[in-house]
Amino acid sequence: MSNEDMSEENLPSEREHAHHGAVEPVGDPFADPGLPPHEPRRQDIDERTARRSERTVALLFTLSMIATVGFIASYVIFPIDKIVYIFPFGHVSALNFALGLTLGVALFAIGAGAVHWARTLMSDEEVPDDRHAIEASPEVREQVFADFRQGVKESQYGRRKLIRTTMMGALSLVPLSGVVLLRDLGPLPEKKLRTTAWRKGMKLINQNTDQPLRPEDIGVGSLTFAKPEGLSDDAENFQTVIAKAALMIVRLNPEDIKDKRELDWSHQGIVAYSKICTHVGCPISLYEQQTHHVLCPCHQSTFDLSDGGRVIFGPAGHALPQLRISVNAQGYLEALGDFEEPVGPSFWERG
Amino acid sequence: MKKLSARRRHPLAALVVLLFALAATGGLYAAFAPAEKAQADSAQSLATEEGKKLYSVGCASCHGTSGQGTHNGPSLVGVGAAAVDFQVGTGRMPAQQPGAQVPRKKAIYDQAQIDQLAAYIASLGPGPAIPTKQQYSPDGADIANGGQLFRTNCAQCHNSTGKGGALSEGKFAPTLDGVDPKHLYEAMLTGPQNMPNFPDSTMPQKEKKDIIGYLAQVDSSKSSSPGGLELGGLGPVSEGLFAWIFGLGAMITVAIWVAAHTAKARKS
Amino acid sequence: MSTASHEATDATARRGKAPAGERLADWADGRLGIYGLAKANMRKIFPDHWSFMLGEVSLYSFVIIILTGVYLTLFFHPSMQEVVYNGPYVPLQGIRMSEAFESTMHISFEVRGGLLIRQIHHWAALVFVAAMLVHMMRVFFTGAFRKPREVNWVFGFLLLVLGMFTGFTGYSLPDDLLSGTGVRFMEGAILSVPIVGTYLQMFLFGGEFPGHDFVSRFYTIHILLLPGIMAALLVGHLILVFYHKHTQWAGPGRTNKNVVGMPLLPVYMAKAGGFFFLVFGVIAACAAIATINPIWAFGPYRPDQVSTGAQPDWYMGFSEGLIRVMPGWEINLWGHTLQLGVFIPLIIFPLVLVTIAVWPFIEAWVTGDDREHHILDRPRNRPVRTGFGAAWISWYLILLVGGGNDLWATHFHLSINAITWTVRIGFFAIPALTFVITKRICLGLQRRDRDKVLHGRETGIIKRLPHGEFIEVHEPLPQDQMHTLTAHDQPEPLELGPDVDENGVRRKVDRKTKLRAKLSRSMYGEGAQIPKPTAAEHAEITSGHGHH
Repeated sequence: MSNEDMSEENLPSEREHAHHGAVEPVGDPFADPGLPPHEPRRQDIDERTARRSERTVALLFTLSMIATVGFIASYVIFPIDKIVYIFPFGHVSALNFALGLTLGVALFAIGAGAVHWARTLMSDEEVPDDRHAIEASPEVREQVFADFRQGVKESQYGRRKLIRTTMMGALSLVPLSGVVLLRDLGPLPEKKLRTTAWRKGMKLINQNTDQPLRPEDIGVGSLTFAKPEGLSDDAENFQTVIAKAALMIVRLNPEDIKDKRELDWSHQGIVAYSKICTHVGCPISLYEQQTHHVLCPCHQSTFDLSDGGRVIFGPAGHALPQLRISVNAQGYLEALGDFEEPVGPSFWERG
Repeated sequence: MKKLSARRRHPLAALVVLLFALAATGGLYAAFAPAEKAQADSAQSLATEEGKKLYSVGCASCHGTSGQGTHNGPSLVGVGAAAVDFQVGTGRMPAQQPGAQVPRKKAIYDQAQIDQLAAYIASLGPGPAIPTKQQYSPDGADIANGGQLFRTNCAQCHNSTGKGGALSEGKFAPTLDGVDPKHLYEAMLTGPQNMPNFPDSTMPQKEKKDIIGYLAQVDSSKSSSPGGLELGGLGPVSEGLFAWIFGLGAMITVAIWVAAHTAKARKS
Repeated sequence: MSTASHEATDATARRGKAPAGERLADWADGRLGIYGLAKANMRKIFPDHWSFMLGEVSLYSFVIIILTGVYLTLFFHPSMQEVVYNGPYVPLQGIRMSEAFESTMHISFEVRGGLLIRQIHHWAALVFVAAMLVHMMRVFFTGAFRKPREVNWVFGFLLLVLGMFTGFTGYSLPDDLLSGTGVRFMEGAILSVPIVGTYLQMFLFGGEFPGHDFVSRFYTIHILLLPGIMAALLVGHLILVFYHKHTQWAGPGRTNKNVVGMPLLPVYMAKAGGFFFLVFGVIAACAAIATINPIWAFGPYRPDQVSTGAQPDWYMGFSEGLIRVMPGWEINLWGHTLQLGVFIPLIIFPLVLVTIAVWPFIEAWVTGDDREHHILDRPRNRPVRTGFGAAWISWYLILLVGGGNDLWATHFHLSINAITWTVRIGFFAIPALTFVITKRICLGLQRRDRDKVLHGRETGIIKRLPHGEFIEVHEPLPQDQMHTLTAHDQPEPLELGPDVDENGVRRKVDRKTKLRAKLSRSMYGEGAQIPKPTAAEHAEITSGHGHH
């Protein structure tokens, strides 16, 4: 639209400049000049521009309708398992992509239409509105307090001390029932966190093969995960048991083991450590076979498996518990008992 | 000082500040990043006969004249042909420089030369042999079982779909995207660098194949991501960045448009 | 027939002839009294500024989350019963998983549009909390929390905190390997609480971790308890926004006693209503093009499995940073263990949030200001507050870096240990540094404003004076701009007065007052604000002493 289309007489230049609350600046150069006069938009003075805005809004609403039809069509047409390659998004589900974009367009177009309508056709004249103090007037305040005092007096709450005391007692006791009802949310901790499923003579079962491990299976530099004998993956309590019993087995050259107790509890350099981090219980197992360090992927606690599982970095507070192992008569690795200390994160009663 | 303040309005002042900032950032980065220099020494021996010749040119300076190892490199006696095929085949060996970890790069030797080197190293002492195609091919693998094994044995370092992850002191578990199935198999078998090994005695051949099958399914250029952009497969961090940059960024852009004043008929 | 009833009949008769829409409105007014409400609100004025719409983004994302969440409940089974997967996703066929995980797989792969709704739900949740945080920062930096809006600030803050926990319980529901690791972390954190930790853990999980209960319990918390509280707070928040009327920027014609803008009907009805669709459209598009929380890639949760890169959703990232950079302190005494390595971060976690939440009350106490404030502060005009806010953001950001230290390490080829140490030092150093720098920038901007008011705008035109000197021509600002730049007030710092009173007796000044005076000096004393130009200064300069 060129400027010639806007005839000068349409411009309401003669309109009075409404200075809302204006103070004529006398001396003060920073005084509030008041609201500036409203400037018309093209749409306000030129019907052709306004009509173009109207068409744009209508187009957007129509686009939304088309997109909704597209949404329904996509829902019917695309099988749910159809994968298509769309640059740059990759191999994506055709259905998800089509539904999402059509829905997005259908919604966005409604919004864009409404906002364009508001911005170009609805009046954009800024008007002031008075504020009123939030707090009440002193009279109202007095009235409220008087009413309150009157009410309290009529209830005789202040005079009848016995009623007051017993009511307070009853009201403060009654929630206790609710608290008591929460007791059966779970069992008491007792010694549950102190023990795991490991017992003397239990064989170490390779989690990959479900077979008991022999010392000769485990080479230096290898990493193996084990669970206690008799624990089946489909057992009812498998998750809860493995959450404490998971083991990590590595073999070091016995001369590399710096900690004497670790050496005693190992078998020919094979050491079995708890896989559960002593920090907050992530399954720690990022084993670096050259440094013998094991790192936790959650919070980067680092333990030295050649030095009694000592913490060498990160937020863990104490060494990884080691399981005493040996070899039974059939030549299988077996536990010599449970862990000597609780596995996993520390707790108050741990000691 | 006065000169400086006089010049700060210079049109190029912003550029100078930017250059300083970039230099400072780069300096800081260099201070933290594991050292990086040196040059690839390309041993281009044309001797096709034995790996020993290749070895004495390309490897002996670090691993010793007969593979016994030096303080610059470990002994290669007994590492087996599979280790050589992995290390040289993925370009990790010969190493460019000492550092936290030797990264994967373009292989320097061709497969024939690698085979010669492997044959030579294998002759030094018994070790794992190069797997056959039948062993490592993802065809016929039990993908779901592979996934379960991957989550138990591998995901803690390599991420649940093999995108890699950080280890201590600048070391890292590399991404497994685009790694040859043969090299995947060899890595599990030999445990390169700080990676532990998973010998057949604790992880039978079939299970290695299953793991390779799982990776071929979820971590290849053909893997599908039904929901759209995978965002690196890195989880909530990249999702959060996306939500802030594209999600909230779009919201604010839209809000600016909604709240902006419409153009007036004439400039005031 | 009394006059009153006569009039009523008259009115009824008048109403009876009205068109259907009016009759319906009359019917409703007769029972609900809607006309009184409409009279007050239909033409209510809202000022226009993009930053006033950030709260709307949060509101609309919340609505989107509720809508999509209801849809998801139609298909989700909050059960930890173990089942074997037989669905279409090959890499998990035959794998044992909880029903929660299995039903989420069903939603993603077998319900048409289920994946889209899941993704909209999750993207909207990320945007929701992000928008709340940005909205809160807008309110903070502009001082919109001052009287009478302190209560609404607290409502908003509670919504942010509850939003974080609703998010946490939500992404834990599918019982996948990533979120399960997060729940395990939560279990460890609860265990670190002295004395009652183990009891809390047993009661929350119904026994030892993971047990069979937490998904169904989190489900109730996620879909009923927390959203219910949030909905109530949200309604209160909105009622207060209406009641207080919106704040506005200083400008010509805008005073503390009025609000200038456009009316609710029609402009804001269309703009705000339209904005809901815009927000929904953007989030739907996000869900179409980018995947979020692909649980099938993570696999079902098992306590003995983990994937590297175990991070929470972004809004929990700063707590993850706290826990990652904390040194491993642990005290063992008298048969008890205090795991400070977990417990201290657990305490700092709410403290980080409370630090920003209490600022309005500290500021109100220090200034002793009891006036209502409806004109927003420009951040530069309150350098201490702005510095504090920026310091808090930098604190939050450095913790986010700590929470993602492993990805920083792999993507920038850095050592994870070096990053952890940087964050440990940065935790203390960076907020202090940010405070100082921000405050100085604010003061610099105040000086520039002062300059502009007194000397005018730089025109970029260089003029050569007769005696050879070159000067840049400055053009005086129009009066509306001069007014805007000088509209803010500059409080005087609190003075303690003389040490002795008129009788020569030492005045007793309690410590609290001393502290207050000290804080007041640091906020408004010398060096904490640049005196804004006075009319006299302006007159002296513009009267022409050969300046221009």
